[in-house]
Amino acid sequence: MSSREKILNAVKKNQPALEPLPDVAAINAIQFDDVFAQFGTVLKNIGGNVVEVNDLNKVSQYVQHTFNGAQNCITTIADLTGVSQLNIQEDAHALQNVELAVINAQFAVAENGAVWITEEQYKLRVLPFICNHLAVIIHKNNIVNTMHQAYDLIQNADYGFGVFIAGPSKTADIEQSLVLGAHGPKSMTVFVL
Amino acid sequence: MSVTNAKHPELAAAFNKDAARVGWHDETLWWIRQKRDKAAWTLPEWEELRETASQIKLNTLSNLSEYLTAFEKNALANGAIVHWAADAKEHNEIVHKILQQHKVTQLVKSKSMLTEECGLNDYLAANGVDVVDTDLGERIVQLANEHPSHIVLPCIHWKKEEIGELFHQHLNTPKGNADPQFLTEAARIHLREKFLTRKVAITGVNFAIAETGEFVVSTNEGNADMGAHLAEVHIACMGIEKLIPQRKHLGVFLRLLARSATGQPVTTYNSHFKTPNKNQQLHIILVDNGRSVQLGREDFRNSLKCIRCGACFNTCPVYRRSGGHSYHTAVAGPIGSILAPNFDMKKNADLPFASTLCGSCTNVCPVKIDIHNQLYKWRQVLTEEGHSPKTKTLAMKLMAFVLSKPAAFNLGGKVGRKVMRWFPFLVNNKLNPWYKQRDMPVPPKQSFTEWYKKNKK
Ligand code: SF4
Repeated sequence: MSSREKILNAVKKNQPALEPLPDVAAINAIQFDDVFAQFGTVLKNIGGNVVEVNDLNKVSQYVQHTFNGAQNCITTIADLTGVSQLNIQEDAHALQNVELAVINAQFAVAENGAVWITEEQYKLRVLPFICNHLAVIIHKNNIVNTMHQAYDLIQNADYGFGVFIAGPSKTADIEQSLVLGAHGPKSMTVFVL
Repeated sequence: MSVTNAKHPELAAAFNKDAARVGWHDETLWWIRQKRDKAAWTLPEWEELRETASQIKLNTLSNLSEYLTAFEKNALANGAIVHWAADAKEHNEIVHKILQQHKVTQLVKSKSMLTEECGLNDYLAANGVDVVDTDLGERIVQLANEHPSHIVLPCIHWKKEEIGELFHQHLNTPKGNADPQFLTEAARIHLREKFLTRKVAITGVNFAIAETGEFVVSTNEGNADMGAHLAEVHIACMGIEKLIPQRKHLGVFLRLLARSATGQPVTTYNSHFKTPNKNQQLHIILVDNGRSVQLGREDFRNSLKCIRCGACFNTCPVYRRSGGHSYHTAVAGPIGSILAPNFDMKKNADLPFASTLCGSCTNVCPVKIDIHNQLYKWRQVLTEEGHSPKTKTLAMKLMAFVLSKPAAFNLGGKVGRKVMRWFPFLVNNKLNPWYKQRDMPVPPKQSFTEWYKKNKK
């Protein structure tokens, strides 16, 4: 007998009688008066940065100003001027020197400061992890209260890879002292359009 | 790595030699427990979430064979390669075989308590494979030739000065520099080189979704993603109990996990891996290693609901004061003490006794495992099977005798109170195990019964 059969047989034999699956939609989840304000507060608390902008020009200006014309700022947003476009043919390893990556996120979550991003939006999976600084753009009316609503939006979307990112990469493994920039970005800016 | 046959009391005694360190360890973990409380209190629906999570896991366990086959089918359709491992040995061999097929002798690994449970690092090292653990805390204990002492905070028992010295020896940082920011930066540079050059990455799995065949890995550092997205081969290792039925159930578990673990609203990264990356092979190894047996133990099957948040460790008065290594198993703490006797009753018979049964673990557990009840039940099973620690068995027999005879109880109490008042050194000495790390209370002049008799009327 293969291990597969052995395991499945043992599990089948030992699992208890079928128990019902609870209804997640029945959870009486928290609602915030102002999801944008809540999102901003939480993101700042976890080391992120929120910038309200009127249009993409403001994003360009902010990037020019903050990164001071640094080399290796790249984006996957076609309409964003003043920042080089990602060459999607590139070998992922070549992204190791990217200073800033600017990408689109689908929506944000007020309760925990996370944004949802899928590979289809930014092409090279490692990009938001390998860059020194990460910036994402969301629309103000795409902020939901909780993770339940987040999964209501995602539903059965067919992505290859998707990720919730909440703030910069961090660690507190050395005596519980919080350090930003463990392996991934040292900062995360969310532009809210 | 050091292998020991010592039991929890001896190992805890060794940890307790340094009183200042014990105090520091205790306070640090209690501080994390308090952060967990604050995070939980921000959500009025917290108890509802715990109950829902517990029920989802119960449904999962009751239908696990179906969910496993559905997961396999969907993962295959996504382009992953699925393996089944009955035990630790088979798991390790599968990993090794994949490495041989790709002619690889070096790899990066992100946190996976399953690979710790299976002893993968030692197995691979014996076969000439260089494994680099990439979670900062895990890298620290790996450089020190140790195992993690906590499932979420692997080097919680290390002081920054010691880490500074360790990095000085291994990463050439300046002697005497113990600044966490500086040391983390040094580790970042050291590990980045590994991410960029290794062709194989191993990750653990936090949740696997039967409905979609995808799996989710939660980290704060981003090390799982750096490893997996830069590698040509990604091997994800998971216990069969990591399944959940549907994607929307992640909403419940991701709301509970980080809040329970560290008091964060969510971990920085929750990565959903569905298809292999471009030009990549994705392997998923489903591991049983005793889980199907535990599933059949009615009293203990709930332990398979565990999502490895570590909250029961942080709150446990015994764990906080005895340190993770005193549990001599990959998963320490209260939940580890329920899982370990399932692997080996004789070797781990001491662990269900390493608890005060205060129930704090049960109160914080995000999936509502009745941890302290299960510890209590294990004691009975182990005692029946003749595995309970000898000193405790004698003491319990005596206690059973005294408690069953009110006269003996009253007399014993009277004598005890007198002895303690007149000759306190007879009880407060090193021969009495209860005196270790405790001060005996000043005994009252009267017992409750005596007081009650005098004052009723
Ligand atoms: S038993 Fe509960 S509290 Fe302990 S690690 Fe598992 S999920 Fe967390």
